[in-house]
Amino acid sequence: MPPNGKPQWEGPSEYPYGFRDPEEYLFRSQPGLHREVVEEISSQKSEPDWMRKLRLEAFDHFLARPMPAWGGNLADLNFNEITFYIRPSDRAQVSWDEVPETIKRTFDRLGIPEAERKLLAGVGAQYESEMVYHNIQQALEKKGVIFLSSDDGLKKHPDIYKEFFGTVVPHTDNKFAALNTAFWSGGSFVYVPPGVHVDLPLQAYFRLNAQGVGQFERTLIIVDEGASVHYVEGCTAPVYTRDSLHSGVIEIIVRRGARMRYTTIQNWSTNVYNLVTQRALVGEDAVMEWVDSNLGSRLTMKYPACILQGKGAHGEILSMAFAGRGQHQDAGGKMIHMAPGTSSKITSKSISKAGGRSSYRGLVRILPGAAGSKSKVVCDALLLDSDARTDTYPTIRTEEEKVDIGHEATVSRIGQEQLFYLRSRGLTEEEAVTMVVSGFIEPLVKELPMEYAIEMNRLIQMQMSGSVG
Amino acid sequence: MLYSIEFNEVSMPGLLEIQDLRVNIGEKPLLKGVSLTIRQGEVHALMGPNGTGKSTLAYALMGHPGYAITGGKILLDGMDILGLTTDERARLGLFLAFQYPVAIPGVSVANFLRTAINARRRALDPQDKGIPVPEFRKLLKSKLEMLKIPVEFAGRYLNEGFSGGEKKRIEVLQLAVLLPKFAVLDETDSGLDIDALRIVAGGVDAISGPDLGVLVITHYQRILNYIKPQFVHVMFDGRIVESGGADLAVRLEEQGYDWIREKYAGGEKA
Repeated sequence: MPPNGKPQWEGPSEYPYGFRDPEEYLFRSQPGLHREVVEEISSQKSEPDWMRKLRLEAFDHFLARPMPAWGGNLADLNFNEITFYIRPSDRAQVSWDEVPETIKRTFDRLGIPEAERKLLAGVGAQYESEMVYHNIQQALEKKGVIFLSSDDGLKKHPDIYKEFFGTVVPHTDNKFAALNTAFWSGGSFVYVPPGVHVDLPLQAYFRLNAQGVGQFERTLIIVDEGASVHYVEGCTAPVYTRDSLHSGVIEIIVRRGARMRYTTIQNWSTNVYNLVTQRALVGEDAVMEWVDSNLGSRLTMKYPACILQGKGAHGEILSMAFAGRGQHQDAGGKMIHMAPGTSSKITSKSISKAGGRSSYRGLVRILPGAAGSKSKVVCDALLLDSDARTDTYPTIRTEEEKVDIGHEATVSRIGQEQLFYLRSRGLTEEEAVTMVVSGFIEPLVKELPMEYAIEMNRLIQMQMSGSVG
Repeated sequence: MLYSIEFNEVSMPGLLEIQDLRVNIGEKPLLKGVSLTIRQGEVHALMGPNGTGKSTLAYALMGHPGYAITGGKILLDGMDILGLTTDERARLGLFLAFQYPVAIPGVSVANFLRTAINARRRALDPQDKGIPVPEFRKLLKSKLEMLKIPVEFAGRYLNEGFSGGEKKRIEVLQLAVLLPKFAVLDETDSGLDIDALRIVAGGVDAISGPDLGVLVITHYQRILNYIKPQFVHVMFDGRIVESGGADLAVRLEEQGYDWIREKYAGGEKA
């Protein structure tokens, strides 16, 4: 602890949520990449044959496919040390009373008051590689909204799964999409019927809790015509000495005139590789918004994408990254314009300190026929010291004449005049730096639901403490 | 303690003493021995042509890292504060209303003021939980009304997109909320039209009293119609060359600075 008594965030050993529960698992697979583990997962879940075959096909594709040669450094990622499947209990819990005490304790330590937890709309809490608690608000059920774990989604709605699973992100998309398709477990299934507006955000908490456990959540969300929903995913994770891998796949379909917002607060401990594929198909006059905040992990490679398929579709990405010591946040987004009159906006804000590195990697592609499309990309990077690093890798490809594309990028350091001004009012150097950083990300934080905005500001304060002087 | 009291330094409450202060930027001397004593409750005006060191004195008092102190002392309540950081000086009761207030994008005026109040409270008591929200709202509302600042300003980002007059008004709002022992107003009148000047100066006048010592830095006499100084000083070429009562400001208004230049530019190149 630093002299001021506040928790300090330097490396994995000082991770503020670095507690761990005793491990109590009913089934734990042997570490490493084994075809039998894929078979075992599928048979334990009593899956339909097509899913078992798809998993195996994806497994073969994963083995055949080379590691990506771009982005972050994956050289230390050792698949032989990773356990690919753990199941903490036989089935998903249906009521709060049935949630095991150890898991409740974990939530307590995360500072989520019990009363609030119960009030949260449709909380789905993922613990380990499985949904253990899944509370569906009755009002949602009455509206015909489906909010299940992916495993239950597949069991109860096999036709929907067969039709849509892997259509937005096929296993051949990239090496880690293949890995996820082979080993996926947990994640959410959401269906919102036509014209239904879900007022409160649907929320899911994710945690990893065993050394070297890979978590391969798989989420499928379908927002039917004219409907709207906001899905929020927040993560915190305990400390491990060995590298962990989180590799999720999120598939979203936003149909004509519908509206979807997907918010992530990613705060894995700094030994986790976070390699996620998030993509949405956006229909005519539909709106998709990704709000993506990456604070934790050792390496994040994540580029939420919107495929703007329908006329007048709109996609938006608000990306926020924080890279501290030993961290590389390789984040950004992709906008693919396929239809006339489509529009997109990517806003990226990154903060780097103490040797941390943030990269913006983005793609805007305008295909033939997408006339009258508009796209705007704004990247702002803030460097807190001279060891920190930031880069931008923007790609713009257009195959259409009548388009309007803008790209702006700024890199700034905290101004001495700003610090002097704030300190002249009595703020310490650390408080002044924290204030400038909070202001820098405010345009993103104000888009978060209230409780997440508070959590985000607390996380930024923790990240900043002990960072100066 | 933040500082030590040397043998010959005697605690003297309510006193800001500048003794033979010498300040450089790089190799260039800007202040060449300035002495000035201000008591809480007094209003002093520091006048003079542009570029003679008035703003340098303001920044040096507040401990701007770009200004090197090459000699002299600044004593607050009898204790030398030259070794203290800017925020330590602020928490001891020094305040500077900036000539060019700095924008802090994304930070609302209200959030900033609450953080500043809490920073001061925590310096006094590390266990302090901060000012309760209802108390803060009430305080802010009353000060906004006093300075005729629309309440929406509390939610706007600090100095971002503010007009010159709005920035100055927000500086005085900060002064009114933070209630220091000594306030330096650095050209607070510049860029204000007559109505804005009346409101801003009227605000300062309303805040001043036996607990506040004020140093008004200005080029023109006009602000002194609203904030009445007991003492007027004229700075020229890094030194205070004339000191007097309110009548000195009137003379400067009538005769300009030429007589100062003629009288004091002789010895050195101005």
